[in-house]
Amino acid sequence: MQSYYEATARERIVGILDEGSWREILPPTTRTLSPHLAALDLPAAFDDGVVIGSGALDNLPVLLASQEGGFMGGAVGEIQGAKIVGLFERAKAQRVAGIVLLLESGGVRLQEANAGLIAVSEVIRAICAARVRGTPVVAAIGGKFGCFGGMGIAAGCCTRIVMSEEGRLGLSGPEVIETARGVEEFDSLDRALVWRTVGGKHRFLLGDCAMLVDDRQAAFREALARALRAGENLSLESVQHEQQILEERLARFGSHTDGEDIWRDLGFDKPANVPLLATDALVALSQQTRAA
Amino acid sequence: MEWDSVAKRLFDRGHDIVATGDLLSGTGHCGDTTFAVVGSTNHAEIGVELTLAMARRVIETMREHPNRPILFLIDTQGQRLRHRDELLGIHHYMAHLAQCVELARSRGHRVLALVYDQALSGGFLASGMMADLCAALPGAEIRVMNLAAMARVTRLPEERLTALAKTSPVFAPGAVNYVQMGAVDALWDGDLAARLAAALRDASSTDTRRELGRARGGRELAATIAERAAAE
Repeated sequence: MQSYYEATARERIVGILDEGSWREILPPTTRTLSPHLAALDLPAAFDDGVVIGSGALDNLPVLLASQEGGFMGGAVGEIQGAKIVGLFERAKAQRVAGIVLLLESGGVRLQEANAGLIAVSEVIRAICAARVRGTPVVAAIGGKFGCFGGMGIAAGCCTRIVMSEEGRLGLSGPEVIETARGVEEFDSLDRALVWRTVGGKHRFLLGDCAMLVDDRQAAFREALARALRAGENLSLESVQHEQQILEERLARFGSHTDGEDIWRDLGFDKPANVPLLATDALVALSQQTRAA
Repeated sequence: MEWDSVAKRLFDRGHDIVATGDLLSGTGHCGDTTFAVVGSTNHAEIGVELTLAMARRVIETMREHPNRPILFLIDTQGQRLRHRDELLGIHHYMAHLAQCVELARSRGHRVLALVYDQALSGGFLASGMMADLCAALPGAEIRVMNLAAMARVTRLPEERLTALAKTSPVFAPGAVNYVQMGAVDALWDGDLAARLAAALRDASSTDTRRELGRARGGRELAATIAERAAAE
């Protein structure tokens, strides 16, 4: 499976990690099933939609979690969240170069309501605590379901994010906004608009992800290995710098209404062409123009 | 619940908290302790501006008042559901706030939170749910969504959800359910200043919510699964 987008959570692990290095923790044979889905007579998964374990990435020892978009859109319930949090606990005792998160999630699993929200909160706290301890946490986003809701916040807390053009990252998904505010606010069926707002290219140009790669497993692997080696710790200096960047972003782009307006402001004379640019051409052009 | 009457009860030695739009900011004095207070009112929608203002306040506290405890006063209807906030990367703004809170904790600031009115999903993740200890007033509303909306989105019969909500804290809105599940430490009634002082003493800087949820019987699997994932 060459495409990251098309791959399942397990196929991605094979594509990302060094051959033969993977060892799964709480594999499907342990049947860690969601009791809340059972209470609703909904189908469950033996891994609750996330695969966790240890392995090596370009010879670096890592712990890894991979969300399966094919199971409830990767939404986080009590068991799935606990598996990810447990992986972070494991990182305290085990010497690792970092934690790799292959994210694909709509956020809180609504069928587990309160349990899902608390689980997402525990994941966010675990990521932040690892950052404070100095453990790099790198995320990949390039699947069909994108990365939204609380898991969008979780992604933002990571040291580095690697995205493909096909990846989407945000807080409230387009459908959620359309349902709440109407189609005039956000037409979720307008695919071009959706990608101009939450797609990989926009996120890269804005500075929400550190690396933009082609939709190939090998490209994600190479970028994640680089990301693991480049991490910086959270510090008062780093958050003050981030505060300044986000304030400048708001001041500069806060009255724009479309991704194209922002790209023009960033120096792209023909912003309508941005979606047509190949990844490496966009990355090269962005050296002069990127926001952060 | 009005924030100023809550502030009066929390801070027996006075406070200078002001509301600027939906933002609450200032200091409060409880016994001998000065708190940096930050929060929101008017059931605020949490958008990029408010998130950034709260983060700025947390950073200022770290820079100018090392070790000063921070109290979040929570009243939010959730994250702002606008195309424009998504375009600007609201998830990144919220992640920044969450990281500021974590950094403050690691630098010796106690971080407490009180849901004095309502707290809905995304508006609450980067603030109150990042605290060492989160409490709620008895009348506070905490939820992901109400059962009618949940029924619609999940295509499950509402009667079914209502029936389940009677026996499980997982599905229905309510601060009591969050207490049972360990995400809210306790409901605060009576002498709020005494509760705040006690919380400052008792709060843990590690995330103990899943252990609390297991001990209280409202969320029995999270702690056990996390322990197995960490050890097996």
